[in-house]
Amino acid sequence: WVCHTPIRLRELIRTIRTARTQAEEREMIQKECAAIRSSFREEDNTYRCRNVAKLLYMHMLGYPAHFGQLECLKLIASQKFTDKRIGYLGAMLLLDERQDVHLLMTNCIKNDLNHSTQYVQGLALCTLGCMGSSEMCRDLAGEVEKLLKTSNSYLRKKAALCAVHVIRKVPELMEMFLPATKNLLSEKNHGVLHTSVVLLTEMCERSPDMLAHFRKLVPQLVRILKNLIMSGYSPEHDVSGISDPFLQVRILRLLRILGKGDDDSSEAMNDILAQVATNTETSKNVGNAILYETVLTIMDIKSESGLRVLAINILGRFLLNNDKNIRYVALTSLLKTVQTDHNAVQRHRSTIVDCLKDLDVSIKRRAMELSFALVNGNNIRGMMKELLYFLDSCDPEFKADCASGVFLAAEKYAPSKRWHIDTIMRVLTTAGSYVRDDSVPNLIQLITNSVEMHAYTVQRLYKALLDDISQQPLVQVASWCIGEYGDLLISGQCEEEEPIQVTEDEVLDVLEGLLVSNLSSPVTRGYSLTAIMKLSTRFSSVNRIKKVVSIYGSSIDVELQQRAVEYNALFKKYDHMRPALLERMPIMEKTASNGPTEIVQTNGEAEPSVVEPKHPPPVGQPASQVKNTVFGLVSRCLSLMAFYLFDLSKTVNFLSIGIPPMTAYNKNGLKIDFTFERANPNPNVAVITIHASNSTEADMTDFVFQAAVPKTFQLQLLSPSSNVVPALNQGTVTQVIRVLNQQKLRMRIKLTYIHKGSAVQDLAEVNNFPPQSWQ
Amino acid sequence: VQQSHCVASASAANQEPDFSRPSTRSMQFMLLFSRQGKLRLQKWYVPLSDKEKKKITRELVQTVLARKPKMCSFLEWRDLKIVYKRYASLYFCCAIEDQDNELITLEIIHRYVELLDKYFGSVCELDIIFNFEKAYFILDEFLLGGEAQETSKKNVLKAIEQADLLQEVRWQTDSFFHLVFQLILRSN
Repeated sequence: WVCHTPIRLRELIRTIRTARTQAEEREMIQKECAAIRSSFREEDNTYRCRNVAKLLYMHMLGYPAHFGQLECLKLIASQKFTDKRIGYLGAMLLLDERQDVHLLMTNCIKNDLNHSTQYVQGLALCTLGCMGSSEMCRDLAGEVEKLLKTSNSYLRKKAALCAVHVIRKVPELMEMFLPATKNLLSEKNHGVLHTSVVLLTEMCERSPDMLAHFRKLVPQLVRILKNLIMSGYSPEHDVSGISDPFLQVRILRLLRILGKGDDDSSEAMNDILAQVATNTETSKNVGNAILYETVLTIMDIKSESGLRVLAINILGRFLLNNDKNIRYVALTSLLKTVQTDHNAVQRHRSTIVDCLKDLDVSIKRRAMELSFALVNGNNIRGMMKELLYFLDSCDPEFKADCASGVFLAAEKYAPSKRWHIDTIMRVLTTAGSYVRDDSVPNLIQLITNSVEMHAYTVQRLYKALLDDISQQPLVQVASWCIGEYGDLLISGQCEEEEPIQVTEDEVLDVLEGLLVSNLSSPVTRGYSLTAIMKLSTRFSSVNRIKKVVSIYGSSIDVELQQRAVEYNALFKKYDHMRPALLERMPIMEKTASNGPTEIVQTNGEAEPSVVEPKHPPPVGQPASQVKNTVFGLVSRCLSLMAFYLFDLSKTVNFLSIGIPPMTAYNKNGLKIDFTFERANPNPNVAVITIHASNSTEADMTDFVFQAAVPKTFQLQLLSPSSNVVPALNQGTVTQVIRVLNQQKLRMRIKLTYIHKGSAVQDLAEVNNFPPQSWQ
Repeated sequence: VQQSHCVASASAANQEPDFSRPSTRSMQFMLLFSRQGKLRLQKWYVPLSDKEKKKITRELVQTVLARKPKMCSFLEWRDLKIVYKRYASLYFCCAIEDQDNELITLEIIHRYVELLDKYFGSVCELDIIFNFEKAYFILDEFLLGGEAQETSKKNVLKAIEQADLLQEVRWQTDSFFHLVFQLILRSN
């Protein structure tokens, strides 16, 4: 038997690095592992340390090393410091708390925590604080607590962080460390101070009682921080002219936790925060790290408004910093604070918008989110220009979110309907394939409700289709519009731009083209078939349409086939219903309401009075005969059509018959239009939406609309969209009225608002209701 | 309507801390790897299986190596923030939590590099390769459980020096040697 001396660690490393292929390396490793294994079997104490070290190297290369776990434990138990050092390292790398074997360490650690040499104690504390399991922590917490009270700062600082780990693993043990925290902040040693602050932070974050208890430390923390800032150069802790930035940052973080929600604490730290914010050197990352933490603290506690503005301005300056890390951090923080400090953040809007052009993906994303958060009625035009430009050129990963953001912003703040439609068109044509599926029904609803823009919209969409049929959301919205407003398209009614000349056949060619194209998804095909069907009541080429519909009755696509069969049925058996079913869509109510609905119900009083909100009583009138008999038969067809025509989640006013809108009031620049639909399922309830617009140069604020009806009627008024009617027709206030009626409808309305500083009130009679609204 | 006074109104500020959110590590792990993606050091402060560690390492290394030089040092990865910086041929990569300060983490990384540099004298990747255990020892004197235990460069280096000295001396159970050694330690 030849006894080989195991090769040294560095020699092994050198050898392995000479391997030219993965296979060669694996061979060397396997050979060495075999040697190590046999050495372990021989219980060789002398070279155990060397062998485990080699094993750790091979483990880092990705090779299995679990057979060395017990050897680590033996090393830890050894008396030699070298053995312990490698043993503990091995334990931290190879053992973890899921394996029971780690518990064997507990006794060794306990002994080493009481060792006469502090470096051995240090190893034990480090290992326990890094990977100790809950059981180990429970067993050894007492030892840690003892060391937390030692005067040896080398051990005390480690014990503090070890205690943090114990508390994280076994929160119930937190109480036992409380006495030891008594004098922690009186330490001069920065290591102890730093780790003590970490320990205090941990305790305060975990327990409201601890938090309340430690609030009294605020003055002391403030003093320590002040000393760090005011003290002269301290070579031991200096980083680019700043004294112990790590400790400063940690103190600022603890102050944040102590000051949050507490007036007194916040006040006590106000001055020092202002001092740090104004006196910290910003030329290097280290100073900015402290400023950043300061900003986070200012924003989280109850600071004075001046301090908050100071904080936002620091972030604003960060945005201009050459260092992109600083810009990134600024954008992240501004995003967190944009809701609460909106005006202050608005001041930095142009810088934020510039960040849309940054090369870094994370910066771009944050700049985009922040830009959307800053859009309002005043800056919508400028902002949208930048955001649409961004949408054109940004990476695909952004396009969906950006498109959704644009739609949302446009819906909230569009200065005009035309602008709104144009913006939608721009998104659909430039980023059409990235638009989310749920945008399609939303856009359809929007277009439907923009009555005066129908001709323009359908024309633009038609032209877009001629260019490109690959972007499905665009194609779907376009198909739907052509189906609805095809009559406007061919009659060349567009006012907004030069009307195009197009024939019925050309339009049908385009729609049929969508049906056969490979680019069209099944959903798109459904849209286009339905559109073709709808044109049967708007165009004269009914025979052509009948032919198309019958062809698709035998389509392989089941969806398409089903529709075609049902449309065929419409032609054949229910032709008299076809015009009504395919009528122009009414303006759709938005079903989601964002707050409590005020219900003002009058019961025939001349003046409206506020009554207890009640549900309108059920109406007894049965639906008409015709509707009843066919309802069951046709209902599935209708509901299918409803599904195809728009998202089922919106309430569908399918059986409504188109009622023309009317102007109810037009005086002194205030115009109020009424639009109508019949409620479903109760056709005797007329649903009137008022649209108030203001053509004067000044806004009408505190706008209140009230209505009264004769005794025989019942009225319900829902809450208005807002109480400001913006000037120069920049938007409308809408409000829904529900009237239960069976006779000619009459209404008295009362309007109150403030215009150019004076209160205005007016009463008017509304008598020109169209007959269809009450028949 | 936005308020210009920010004191009383806002939602996030002025709330009590969320005691229900369990605190995890500030720093979850630190990885050192070469430009070819070879791991040179891995320090984990959260309990994970070997398999999970390998998966995380592989994915993260790939992600960081794919970054272009002009990009910033931070990226979001899973639900963590990754702070990384390249020093010569080595990437130093830390995973921190959402509420942690990225900029000070850069300073932590830099401090560690300075410690290595002082210890090895103009440190390069080869030093870390051939003396990986020393790199761990230095890290373990600087950070404990993912937090800085010592903010003085001098003190960290002194501790390492002393511990290295302890390795040299053959440990005897003889109390005489033990005493002498304690004296040597205290005089430093």
